[in-house]
Amino acid sequence: MEKVVITGMGVLSACGSTPAALWASLAAGRSGLGPVTRVESSRLQTGVCGEVRDFQPEQHFGKEVDFLDRFAQFAVVCARAALADAGWPRRLDANGGPPPHRVAVITGTALGGVESEDQGFHQLYARQATRLHPFSIPRMMFNAGTSHITMDTGARGISFAVSTACASSTHALGEAWRMVRHGLADIALAGGSDAPLTLGVFKAWEAMRVMAPANGNPAAACRPFSADRAGLVLAEGAAIFVLERESLARQRGARIYGELAGYGASADAGHITQPSVEGPLHAMRQAMESAGLAAEDLDYINAHGTGTKLNDATETTAIRQLLGAQADRVSVSSTKSMHGHAMGASGALELAVSLLALQNQVAPPTANFTRPDPACDLDVTPNQARPRPIRALLSNSFAFGGLNAVLAVKAYR
Amino acid sequence: MDALTQDVISIIAREQRVPAESISPESTFEQLKIDSLDGVNIVFALEEKYNLTIPDEIAREMKSVRQVIDALRQQLNATASPAPTS
Repeated sequence: MEKVVITGMGVLSACGSTPAALWASLAAGRSGLGPVTRVESSRLQTGVCGEVRDFQPEQHFGKEVDFLDRFAQFAVVCARAALADAGWPRRLDANGGPPPHRVAVITGTALGGVESEDQGFHQLYARQATRLHPFSIPRMMFNAGTSHITMDTGARGISFAVSTACASSTHALGEAWRMVRHGLADIALAGGSDAPLTLGVFKAWEAMRVMAPANGNPAAACRPFSADRAGLVLAEGAAIFVLERESLARQRGARIYGELAGYGASADAGHITQPSVEGPLHAMRQAMESAGLAAEDLDYINAHGTGTKLNDATETTAIRQLLGAQADRVSVSSTKSMHGHAMGASGALELAVSLLALQNQVAPPTANFTRPDPACDLDVTPNQARPRPIRALLSNSFAFGGLNAVLAVKAYR
Repeated sequence: MDALTQDVISIIAREQRVPAESISPESTFEQLKIDSLDGVNIVFALEEKYNLTIPDEIAREMKSVRQVIDALRQQLNATASPAPTS
């Protein structure tokens, strides 16, 4: 089995659409959350979300844009950026590229083409339309992101989409890691995207009563681990990575962000929405074991940290049980406080954040922290980024439905 | 060129993102690089514009601009007689 390294990334987020912009925002503790502009907000209670503001589809696509829901557009644009960042040609089946059948594409999404679905079904149900747009199915299907990346890059290896709610892209990255590690692919384009900012999705989340209110200050609405945390903030976004077997990356002299060293996944087999301690704990343990990491080796955890009462407290308990006496030495943060909860894309975005933390040797903060909660008593890096040695880290994703996925990253030397 | 022909050509040009001048009534879908999914999209656009339904068996056979125009004209004539109830 060979080491798997990450050589490229492409991101789209409320905090910026390049790794540099994302990092500048997070390192400064600057939230990208703001008022809702993508949907008619007069019917919303929440009034805050994380929008990818600087995305112009026509800058990236020609006629083919008609086939792509916003979530698939995000996936393709991030895949192109990741390939360029890794120093690969735009078309992998071009001369000098890797064998196309050895390139996997595995992407995650929680809600797929929900914007197309929302718009189309509104026409059908409310406007009594007699027919739907013929591209409705190709735009709605959850594998559209994966498929369009294969078409755009010429990747012809094992490719599929993963949907595990808020852990989707973490599972996608973990499965891609497995493929490369076990020699089933030389390269994987993996990550995820979601573009869930529709009236229907907002109202569905509002109905669960877990959404943070804007309270006149939308940028500070999401306050993970704070005693006064009031819920999550819905966001859109994407991140796609180039995973490569170590020898290939070294042979071509590629810049290496870090080693994707381990992956753990588990099911709570408990409640459809309430998280457990045991499930996340098992996934984190498995990620550390597969990476060969002991508690002493870990310096940073990018928490799932949704900002709901229940998640943040159970995640704290799980991390304490994982690390024991080492728990207080580790920097933990929830960067969802700044980029929001991009659903199935969250895990991928947070892996990007984690790799940038590793590169900069800085733990990004949990923004909007007001006062401590005894149930969340880890060092959650309140409000200020903290320069510190980071040798290894975990990135946590714990989905509704009790499906957990955790990635372990090591500094590459 | 009558108004209907011009309209069909302009809709095909819009949906395919090509100049209308590159399309003639005698153009085939193959010449215009219109694949089967593009074809259903063009039929959808015409159905929306003219508020009528082109049956699947006719839509599936369309391979040229002329066939589109003829099918559309036929449906318009059919609906010009007593309006169908469904």
